[in-house]
Parts: sequence; structure tokens; C-alpha cells
Amino acid sequence: MGLDRRDFLKTLGVVGATLAVGKNFGATTKKDTKTEFYGMLYDPTMCLGCRACERLCAKAHGLPEPAKAPEAGVIRNTSEIQRTVVNCYKTSKDEVYIKKQCMHCNEPACAAACLTQAMCKTKEGAVIWRSEKCMGCRYCMVSCPYDVPKFEYHSANPKIVKCDMCHDRVIKGEMPTCAEGCPGEALLFGTRRELITEARKRIAENPKVYTDIIYGEHDAGGTGFIYLSPVPMNELGFNPAIQKESYPALSKGFLYSVPSVFVLLPPLLLGIHEATKKDHKEGDENE
Amino acid sequence: MSNTTYPIAKDNDGQPIWKFIFSELKPKTKFFTPFNIISLPIMLLGLVLIVIRFWKGIGAVTNLSQEIPWGLWIGFDVVTGVAFAGGAYVLTFMVYILNMHKYHSIVRITVLNGFLAYVFYAGALLLDLGRPWNVINPIIGNNFGTSSVLFLVAWHFLLYMLAQLIEFSPAVAEWLGAKRARKILSGMTIGAVIFGITLSTLHQSGLGALYLMAKDKIHPLWYNEFIPILFFVSSIFAGLSMVIFEGSISHKVFHRMISEKDNKAQNGIIHGLAKICTGAMFAYLFMQLLVFIHGKHWDLLNTGMGQWFLLEMFGFVLLPMILFYISYRRNNILLIRIAAIITMLGVILNRLNVTVIGFKWDMPIRYVPTWMEIVVTLAVIFTEIWIFKWVINRMPVLRDSPSWVKEEN
Repeated sequence: MGLDRRDFLKTLGVVGATLAVGKNFGATTKKDTKTEFYGMLYDPTMCLGCRACERLCAKAHGLPEPAKAPEAGVIRNTSEIQRTVVNCYKTSKDEVYIKKQCMHCNEPACAAACLTQAMCKTKEGAVIWRSEKCMGCRYCMVSCPYDVPKFEYHSANPKIVKCDMCHDRVIKGEMPTCAEGCPGEALLFGTRRELITEARKRIAENPKVYTDIIYGEHDAGGTGFIYLSPVPMNELGFNPAIQKESYPALSKGFLYSVPSVFVLLPPLLLGIHEATKKDHKEGDENE
Repeated sequence: MSNTTYPIAKDNDGQPIWKFIFSELKPKTKFFTPFNIISLPIMLLGLVLIVIRFWKGIGAVTNLSQEIPWGLWIGFDVVTGVAFAGGAYVLTFMVYILNMHKYHSIVRITVLNGFLAYVFYAGALLLDLGRPWNVINPIIGNNFGTSSVLFLVAWHFLLYMLAQLIEFSPAVAEWLGAKRARKILSGMTIGAVIFGITLSTLHQSGLGALYLMAKDKIHPLWYNEFIPILFFVSSIFAGLSMVIFEGSISHKVFHRMISEKDNKAQNGIIHGLAKICTGAMFAYLFMQLLVFIHGKHWDLLNTGMGQWFLLEMFGFVLLPMILFYISYRRNNILLIRIAAIITMLGVILNRLNVTVIGFKWDMPIRYVPTWMEIVVTLAVIFTEIWIFKWVINRMPVLRDSPSWVKEEN
């Protein structure tokens, strides 16, 4: 086949360059086996509904004082001025309080979505947002199955607002402010492994109080924030459609196909080009 | 490049380059045409709205919310616009890879169209970014979010624009009379084409792959793991329908520039493209059918969204496919043009169904774009057409290349 040197070098360049890019796609950072993710366990049976966590959170992050508690059954959502809310649900087993905030997934969809690594899972376990990297595309909001990241739509210098598990406190060896100040001890802070053991123990000791669920143990690929519950989770406003597998796994297949396409398609195209070019030249001579 | 050896100037006059470009900036055609009278106020209004958007925030001009973070600017400008720009990679594949010389006369205008589409839709993307000053982060520095589909799409946009610029650059060189530059640039065409087709394959499907993680948010009739492949296949006939549509208009508007030979070839080209559309649409429809049967969503067909889905499939894919088939069998150019328009509406419908209409379809409050979002979108499109006209009136896009090009070859 008449593949001249220039064309050959060109293809080599294209393939080589993409191999270099393609390598990045498969690469995962080496897992640090010594550190363990921290997380939090929320036990609604111990929650007093005092909303001290909401006020402490607002104070710690310079957000406005949260408004008064609404009546039971009125469901509020987190927003760009409120990183966490405690709602009261009317359920089959009386009223149950549920705290809402970022779930700090083990494999966060928001971090996988982020093209600048502004959203990232720290080795301590918190999923944090870094302003100096973010370009405000809001793809994290599209991807998050829990709709956690909020955006300041009415600002010329908008930020993404979400719970960061008080990451700056945790790296100093302190607890997140909500866990520290919870009067009912409904919020436990610790390594995820410890918390799951504790949750199992509580279920085993009081099987009548809790349903046999540790929400977040496997949901969305496992979350850092885990819940015990006296009633099925769908009664507490949790979306039952959320899958057990992690969300980044959904786009893995596509991303893995990218290097192969980049390696296989250009030589194929060049081959077809060369094959059809010859035909054409012969055609020209005949004319 | 080669400015020193060959003075850049038109072959028929010896004026310096800056004088030449300055003279080219002036309008060449009548200024007060109906198109200009309609588009100018909209563009000015759009500019005002863009200033407000950067001053007061995105929320001041759009209806976006915490639940619906992407609206018309992404769903229509970017996702739909890029699908329509797909004609460029399909045509370069046909002309440069398969060496189908019949289509050579429309390659330049299609590549120009594709290039401008990418420039303006990537530009529209900047309007939608909350913190656009950080847009260089994924390009430079240590912030490579390589696990992100959007990272791939962003890089591909950038590289593909470069590839298209190289593909189009011989026309610029001919306009400037830069003979050596033209020779170097046209030598790079085949490399740019191969690179460009590979990039297009990946980012046309990548635009669909963006939504793979939004599994619980998109209506199940539109969400499936094959979105990337469906987006890729539909970009083939979306792009070609756009070529048919845009070609039909260009041939009316710029009639005086087109040589007799190219003018005669036009119908044959449209006829050929209609055949390809029929094939691509058949493949697409068949895949949609397989995906639907696999998804086991028969029960959803009897809902409002189900009927909307059937309308999209039958009214805007099956119907234009049949029209394309009938019209190429009977060689009815008018019917091909009608089929192309219905196909384009269908592609708009499909992209909006995935990105806007079917996104959080079960929310009590639905997203409807504000008039301001629509005006900005129109302003972007009109600005693109202005630049398009400006280039066509000056560079050898539709008209034949200057005589020195043939002498050199």
C-alpha cells in the first residue's frame, strides 16, 4: 500500500499523542491503605429535632441564621444558604426527624463529573469544593443523585455550596461542628468502619426500634454519611431509585472505550484513505 | 509562516496586507437587508442581556434552579448545535477518506459552518459558566479531571476547532494570496481530517455520555446506557440534514458566486445525501427499537411522556426517513428538503427531551426558559450567521479557488 513516510509519521504522531492522553484516563491514584475515611452516623431515634446542627453549621460557615422550624410534614431542602436541614416526617411509626446534607459518597458522582478536580474526595473522607479550581459548569449538580451541590445563581462570583464535613476542622483533629454540638448525640463522628460496626450493634441490640437497614452502607456505592432508621427509607424522603452501584461506574464504559477508539480509528481511516486514493488515480488516467 | 518569501497580497493587486484586510472589513453587500434589520436589534438586546448576566449572575436572566442546573443554553446551544455541526466530519469522511469527489464542492462551506458552530456554541458555553475565569483550568496546570466526560468533551471541542481551522485554512490562504502557506496548510488537511473524525466520533457520543450519571433524573424512555451511541448515529443525519437545509439556502442567497458546474452538481449532491440519511435513520430507529424492547417500558407508553416519545419516534424519525426514501427514489429535491427540515426538528426534539424536557420530568415545577435565554440564543445564532456571510463574501468558499491554485497543483 502506498503509505508514504509523511503520512505514516502523521498517523504515528496522532496515535502517540492520544496514547499519552489516553493513559491519563485509565490511571487511578494509588490507594493509601493506611488512612481510613471518616464519616458520620445519624440515628434519628436519638434526634431531638432541636436543629442545633443547623445553627452551628450556619455559624461555622458564615451563613445566615436558619429560619424557625416548620411544623411536621413540611419538608425543606438544603439551599445555597443552608448546608444542612432537619425535617420532621410523618411516618407509619410516628414522627421521625431526618437530617439532610451531603452524603460524602465513597465514589462521588460530583467529583467524577468535575473536569477541574474542584470537587474532590479527600483522604479524610469529606467531599469538598475548591473555589480556585471550579469553573461553575454545574455538571456536579447534574450528576449528584442526591441533588446536594447548590449554586449561587444571583452572584457575579458564584460558589457551589454544600456540606464539607467541616474538613478544615477534621484535619486539625476536631469533630465537625454539628456532631460536636449535638445535644442528643444523634450524630456520631468516626471512621466509617467504626460507624458501621456501631450501627450493626445498635440494630442487633434493639431490633424492635430499628429496621434492618444501614442506609449508605452500599447505597450509591457506599456513602460516608450513614443512617439508621426506625422506618423504611422511602418514608423519609429518600429516593428509592438510587442504585447500589456507584454513579461514576455508569460512565466508566464510555470513558474506557475512548483510548481504544483513539488508537484504532485513525489507522483505519488512513488505510481506507490510501485504498480509495489509488482507485481514483487510476480513474484519472483512464479519463 | 512564509510572509517573507511570498508577500501576502491578492494576486491581482500589490497593496500591503493590513490595507487589504482593512478594506475587506467594510461591508461588501447592501447593508439594510431584511435579515440585517431583524437580526441587529436582537443581537444588541442579547449583548445587553449578556452584560446583565455577568453583572448580576446567571439567575438574573435564566430560569435555572438548584434542581435544573442546565437549561436552554446547554440543551439547545451546545448539545443540539454540535449535533447539527456533525455534517463536517461526515462530509470530510466521504470526500477525503472515501475519496468521493462528487461532494468536494460543498466540503468548504460545511467545514466553515461546522467550525463557526463550534466557536459560537463553545462561546455560548462560556456564558453558562458561573466562574468563566477558571475555564483554562482543565487545559493548563494540574487540574486535569480525567475521570470526567466533560473534560473529554472540553478538550475535544478545543482540538476539533483546531482541526477544522486547519481543514479550512487553505481557503484563508487563497483569500490572502499566500501561496506557500496554502501549500503547507493543504498538506496538513488529511491529518486534520483523520484527527477530526476521531474526535467527532468521541465527542458526539460524549455529549450523550454526559448524561449517563443522571440516571434517576432523566425519563426512562430517554435514559439508557446507549445514549452515547444513539447520539453519535443521530449526529450523522442531523449534520447531513443541516447540510441539505443550509446548502439550499446558500445556493439561493449566494447564487452569483457559484460556478455553473457546481450549481448543476448541487441536486446530485442533495440526492446522494438523502440516501445516506435514509440509511443512518434506519439504523438509528432500529437501535431505538432494540433499546426500547430491552428497557421493558411498555407501561410507560400510555402516559403523556410516552405519547410524546412515540410522536418523536414516528413523527420525527420514521416519517422523515420514509420521506427521504420516497424522495430519493423519485428524485424529488423539494421533498428531500422537507424531509431534512422535519429531521432537524426531530433532532432538536430528541436533544431537548434528553436534556431539558425529560430531565426531572416528575418535578412539580417545570423549567421553561425565560424570554431572555431565548433572545441570547438567537443573538448567538445571528452573530454566527453574520460571520458566516462575511467569510463567504470574501473567501473562496462557494466560489472557485483563484487561478494560481490550479497552476500549482
